[in-house]
Amino acid sequence: MGGRFGRFGGRFAPETLMHPLEELEQAYIQARSDPEFQRRLDTLLRDYAGRPTPLYLATHLSEHLGSARIYLKREDLLHTGAHKINNCLGQALLARRMGKQRLIAETGAGQHGVATATVAALMGFQCTIYMGEEDMARQRLNVFRMRLLGAEVVPVRAGSRTLKEAISETMRDWVTNVENTYYLLGSVLGPHPYPLMVRDFQTVIGKEARQQILAAEGRLPDLLLACVGGGSNAMGLFYEFLNDESVAMVGIEGGGRGARLGEHSARFHGGSPGVLHGTYTYVLQDKMGQISTTHSVSAGLDYAAVGPEHAMFFESGRVEYTCRSDTEALEACRMLSRLEGIIPALESAHAVAEAALRAPSAAGQIFLINLSGRGDKDMEILERELQL
Amino acid sequence: MVTRIEQRWAQLRSQKEKALIAFVMAGDPDLPKSGEIVLALAAAGADIVELGIPFSEPILDGPVIQRAGERAVRKGAFVPAILDLVKDIRRQSEVPLLLFSYLNPILRYGVGRFAADAVTSGADGVLVTDLSVEEAGPYVATMRLAGLDTVFLAAPTSTDERLRRIVELSTGFVYAISRVGTTGSRDTLSSAVAPLLSRLRQITSLPLAAGVGISRPEHLAALAPLADGVVVGSALVRCIEEHPGDPAPHVAALVRSLRQGFAVQ
Repeated sequence: MGGRFGRFGGRFAPETLMHPLEELEQAYIQARSDPEFQRRLDTLLRDYAGRPTPLYLATHLSEHLGSARIYLKREDLLHTGAHKINNCLGQALLARRMGKQRLIAETGAGQHGVATATVAALMGFQCTIYMGEEDMARQRLNVFRMRLLGAEVVPVRAGSRTLKEAISETMRDWVTNVENTYYLLGSVLGPHPYPLMVRDFQTVIGKEARQQILAAEGRLPDLLLACVGGGSNAMGLFYEFLNDESVAMVGIEGGGRGARLGEHSARFHGGSPGVLHGTYTYVLQDKMGQISTTHSVSAGLDYAAVGPEHAMFFESGRVEYTCRSDTEALEACRMLSRLEGIIPALESAHAVAEAALRAPSAAGQIFLINLSGRGDKDMEILERELQL
Repeated sequence: MVTRIEQRWAQLRSQKEKALIAFVMAGDPDLPKSGEIVLALAAAGADIVELGIPFSEPILDGPVIQRAGERAVRKGAFVPAILDLVKDIRRQSEVPLLLFSYLNPILRYGVGRFAADAVTSGADGVLVTDLSVEEAGPYVATMRLAGLDTVFLAAPTSTDERLRRIVELSTGFVYAISRVGTTGSRDTLSSAVAPLLSRLRQITSLPLAAGVGISRPEHLAALAPLADGVVVGSALVRCIEEHPGDPAPHVAALVRSLRQGFAVQ
């Protein structure tokens, strides 16, 4: 485990955190090869989180868009409403194994915060969640949800008051309380071993999807689609298909409301390599190396850096990265709701929007979209933006 | 090549004196005043000045230095302007200057270009907060070749193995983080600092400076028997924040009063 993905990744952290990161890596390596750990995790994923999630053939959506057959991997049906719980259960078991008493986490859309607060309640940890003030306002219900679960939610008021600042503040808490506190990072970001560990805990998505599509169609899909904020749901789906050359993959970033720096969160369309929050990856930054503010209608995509393994796949060309705008995502959300009776999270709606663009010219192809979360948390935004 | 930082330590050693190292944010409250502040610090008896380069995500800093960084960014204190500031200071003073930064602004400027321009402007060394020894190989080579000291942080959480790598890669001095936590003034010294300094002492002859959470003369008095120098940051930055109109005389007075701590021993 070198912690590098090609030239990306690594462990760029203040010295205070370096040995704790080494300990985390060691604990994870041991846990990973312990059948008892895996058995406990599998049991929780099945009985508590609701795995396996269905792979659903969206016939109305498919017909509406042309002749591709579009499948949805229903991570939105998981307990707490998104794929985030897969990683949280894994890391919480690890934290308990390491003897930590307290979980801390950042959250953007609130889904990772809710999932962390949930596993903290389940396993008896104290829990503090850092969330940008702007995100607290737009994801108000998730804030209440976390508090109901017993977590303390701390507003972060610096900078753009979104996920970037929430991660910085969580890292400060960790630097201060590292002896008894476990930092439960929510995406394939941060210093080694987080990008690798979070990926591993999310690969259950792709493992299931592979078996399910083979059972349903007798062949692999032609195209995988997933939204990319930090990139954990995308990595969880893509990873199991990387060696299948016939399977194309597209990651969809938040195109926001324009192409200028600050108006979007599309790191592969305006970003450049840099170090943010412990890892070397594509980052939205200005020419002086200051991290840019970002925008996306979906809080979960609204972040200036992307997982380092995605940066590697971007440069190698194995995965294509594109972006869809706020407007396109909102429209896709409405379309899926009407056609299938499934209201996606605004994050996942970006992937649906991409499928809508590609399906008309994809006769006979099989698309597999990771529907990473449900839209309940977005009702207030949807109500305001769609004006039904 | 011997840097001004190394010369100062040699001088202090021969006089059996301790170093007071002052941290301020470059460009706080603005670039010209920050130049005046550095000169005033030097005149008041700061032995080395650490000049902070602001970064939008200062994960190791508490609120006082975070706010200073935000003020500095608003005044355009980025790498090119800060190197110009160093040049101005160097025309008027031989005070040893250590640039204190997060990695990304340096990466963006270009490590090689940064090293060359920092030396030309008159800086003596660099400390990069979030650059671990694991990732520092090429950086250290570049800085050394240019003639800059590379100071690294050591922490109470560092293992002996890590401390060995830290002292191997450090020149000038080693910066011992006195407590587990972010930067900022604290009332009392942490019990973690003495064991860390003594572990470092066993493996290196480099000067040891203790920093983070040190803000009072009595802290200096307590550290004088253990460390070769102390770093005061947030207390000075707060003083600048409280006197944005004419910060220089106020920080100078604070340095003189802090130095009294060394006289107590």
